[in-house]
Amino acid sequence: MSGPLKTVGKGVRKKDAMQLLLGKPAYVDDVTPSDCLVVKVLRSPHANARIREIRTDIARKVPGIVAVYTYEDVPGKRFTMAGQTYPEPSPYDRLILDRHLRFVGDAVAIVAGEDERAVDRALRMIKVSYEVLAPLLDFRAAKDSEILVHPEESWHALCDVGADNRRNLCAAGVESDGDVDAVMSSCEVVLERTFHTQACHQAMMETFRTYTEIDAYGRLHVVSSTQIVFHARRILAHALDIPKSMIHVEKPRIGGGFGAKQTLVAEIYPAFVTWKTKRAAKMIYTREECQVAGSPRHEMEVTVKLGADRDGTVRALDVYTLSNTGAYGEHGPTTVGLSGHKSIPLYTGSLQAFRFAYDVVYTNVESAGAYRGYGATQGIFAVESLVNELAETLGMDPVEIRMKNMVRQGQIMPAYYNEPASACTLDRCMQQCAASFGWAEKYPVRRMANGKIRAAGVAMAMQGSGISGVDVGSASVKLNDDGFYVLRIGAADMGTGCDTILAQMTAECMDCSVEDVTVFGADSDASPYDSGSYASSTTYVTGRAVEKACLELKEKICALAAEMLGCPASEVVFRGREVARADGRASVSLADIATKSMCGNTLATESTSSHSSPVSPPPFMAGMAEIELDPLTGKVEVLNYQAVIDCGTVVNPNLARIQTEGGLVQGIGMTLTENIRYDDKGYLNERSLMQYKIPTRLETGRLAVEFAPSYEESGPFGAKSIGEIVINTPAPAIAHAIYRATGHWYRELPILPERIALDLASEESV
Amino acid sequence: MEITLTLNGRRITASVAADTVLLDFLRAHGCASVKCGCETSGCGLCTVFLDDTPVLSCSVLAVRADGHRVTTLEGLEAEASEFVTFIADQGAEQCGFCNPGFVMNTIALLRENPDPTDEEIRAYLAGNLCRCSGYEGQTRGIRAYLNAKKEGRL
Repeated sequence: MSGPLKTVGKGVRKKDAMQLLLGKPAYVDDVTPSDCLVVKVLRSPHANARIREIRTDIARKVPGIVAVYTYEDVPGKRFTMAGQTYPEPSPYDRLILDRHLRFVGDAVAIVAGEDERAVDRALRMIKVSYEVLAPLLDFRAAKDSEILVHPEESWHALCDVGADNRRNLCAAGVESDGDVDAVMSSCEVVLERTFHTQACHQAMMETFRTYTEIDAYGRLHVVSSTQIVFHARRILAHALDIPKSMIHVEKPRIGGGFGAKQTLVAEIYPAFVTWKTKRAAKMIYTREECQVAGSPRHEMEVTVKLGADRDGTVRALDVYTLSNTGAYGEHGPTTVGLSGHKSIPLYTGSLQAFRFAYDVVYTNVESAGAYRGYGATQGIFAVESLVNELAETLGMDPVEIRMKNMVRQGQIMPAYYNEPASACTLDRCMQQCAASFGWAEKYPVRRMANGKIRAAGVAMAMQGSGISGVDVGSASVKLNDDGFYVLRIGAADMGTGCDTILAQMTAECMDCSVEDVTVFGADSDASPYDSGSYASSTTYVTGRAVEKACLELKEKICALAAEMLGCPASEVVFRGREVARADGRASVSLADIATKSMCGNTLATESTSSHSSPVSPPPFMAGMAEIELDPLTGKVEVLNYQAVIDCGTVVNPNLARIQTEGGLVQGIGMTLTENIRYDDKGYLNERSLMQYKIPTRLETGRLAVEFAPSYEESGPFGAKSIGEIVINTPAPAIAHAIYRATGHWYRELPILPERIALDLASEESV
Repeated sequence: MEITLTLNGRRITASVAADTVLLDFLRAHGCASVKCGCETSGCGLCTVFLDDTPVLSCSVLAVRADGHRVTTLEGLEAEASEFVTFIADQGAEQCGFCNPGFVMNTIALLRENPDPTDEEIRAYLAGNLCRCSGYEGQTRGIRAYLNAKKEGRL
């Protein structure tokens, strides 16, 4: 590629924007028939129980009921619902319906009927006798507990992730570089603290939903709100125990995912109903079901031991993470890795040794899954908070201490699979953030005339760009009538705009406008294989596949044009809307080439390419929060949030900015309001959006987003990723600001006003 | 029960169960823009106009619409289409699932208060949740639209 970029780097409108803004039918429930079976699930009222007896005869007699299924009706092969590349690291610990129920909300029976009223009635008519067992609710007591969440023989793990169901372990491991104990003992300052993060929900506006039918070929056709059409096909085949060739999965527009839809939360139930009854079926999760039986973030307890010298040199980090995967192991073995792999390497600049150990345990609460940040969010909250505490302990500026220790471009990161920070402007991010935010003025604590306190905090973060050596992205580009292109992808645009940014890349490569590119995806029959949209992979991995496919297609177009021009292909040049002889004596328009391609032609003007990267270049960022805290009520208001991000080349500045703002607000919610509480029987308290408080537009403060782009050679047009990293800085930065305002470190999320107010009140009474 | 209402300017008579909520009734009558996000009146996605007042259609019985006018985004496309281009120019539509409710309530705001401050915009739309955008892009889009109108560019 030569010359300035024409389309990449421009804030073009999302290709589906106007249709979405005008409320046109686009999502699963809008584009599938409504005269199909309604599918619902009877859910366990107990956290740990076995079904003694289940009677469905009366339920079956309810007029309109077509089927009622129990554990006796489903295949006996265990599988995982985690959307991961096969063989999945997540253990095979699920059945569609199981006699053993492992959390309040676990599936007891599936009911399908002609309408919702009949199904609701039938659900009440199922008589279950439970043998109620003692639940395992404390994840700190789960390892080697007498209560086994998965005592069954048929539980098995495909990968060596340290899982052992006889010990309630979903995964365990330890890794290190250097002699961390020796370095730690030689440090002048050693701090050790434990942090706790809750099982936040993605709370995407569109709940889980899936429509299924039998198509004209007798295959199972699945229309689902999913980030992973190919994994969905495989997982459904495993669960239903039918050939993969019998399943076709497609996704329409998705009403938000954030990782939630990287797990097959809803698909299994209507798919089972349709396969058994051969009738079309639909399941739409209620918001309550999303809350109690979704796929939230893994609750983690992260203990960080940090060794430093008095001059602020961070020399050793020892991180232990205990992760709660809940009743099933979806994404358990992999999320925990990020809590160390994406926190410790931030300090590569000075670190002499590290150790990272972890256990992932089963408990009798809702199964966790994938949520934006995927473990990095939890680990970064812990490590960044402790670095802030170090700075405050040493009386150093927390910005300076980071400048002194942070990873720099070109360094090898031992705690990040020994991958290099090949493109990294973290230093610039931090300096630019401090300047734009006004760190010098905002960092000092200020008591306002109204009695409130203003203070500021800082954090930095990293993430990955796809899963190195695993993720596959593919793109298929085809020339059509009049010279427009169809780009087919298997990546899933879930609102982020990947259809548009991949079209921008296509337009850049083919020297045309974005309007000349239409995008199709994702469809397991028609799309080229793609792992799916997760792990911040689409821009970086699939984007590169787009580049490769375009390069190949250009050669084919040139070959066809050369035929038309009567010269060798080596003598023509591609000029976007035409192909010309190098000597300039003749040319053919792209439209004419397209016409020719459809008449007496034997050369397909279509190319498909796949890409996988041996590395996962991290994006980096710095974040600073200014808060106003009311010492009487403990209320924390975020006034300003400044973010500066290095995501490599910014492919679409509008969409990158919105991704950032959205991620920051999710991070603010995680920090201040989004609580998860279980009672002593394992019953979740936060079952609706009235109780699970995601931020409204009154609680975001003013967000300022800037970019400090590096250029990643292995990425498309120098791009890395943006989707996940942006959720990682609010928790440590806001917790830091709260410390500045109150003198208290809050190491448990969310930091609720009552905790702050009570702490301040008890201080006063002393 | 039989009800008669004017839906997006069209008079319709339909038979509904007493407990049918307006949201389900509207979706069953071709108004796919009306979305359900929470069932507990907490998200704003299902906002429609009952006569000229924005209401949460998940919390209004269909029978309450008997004898009234109901307007969904399908019926307000002309009024919305210019304004929403400014949201699209921010990329703030994102997944789009909350868009119809947000657009409806913004129209209600601008009918009531044609020249709101940013704070007034945020306060009026506080009940419209969005999990993707972080809200700021929506505010910028509305502000850009109001500025364009003031400057006579529309």
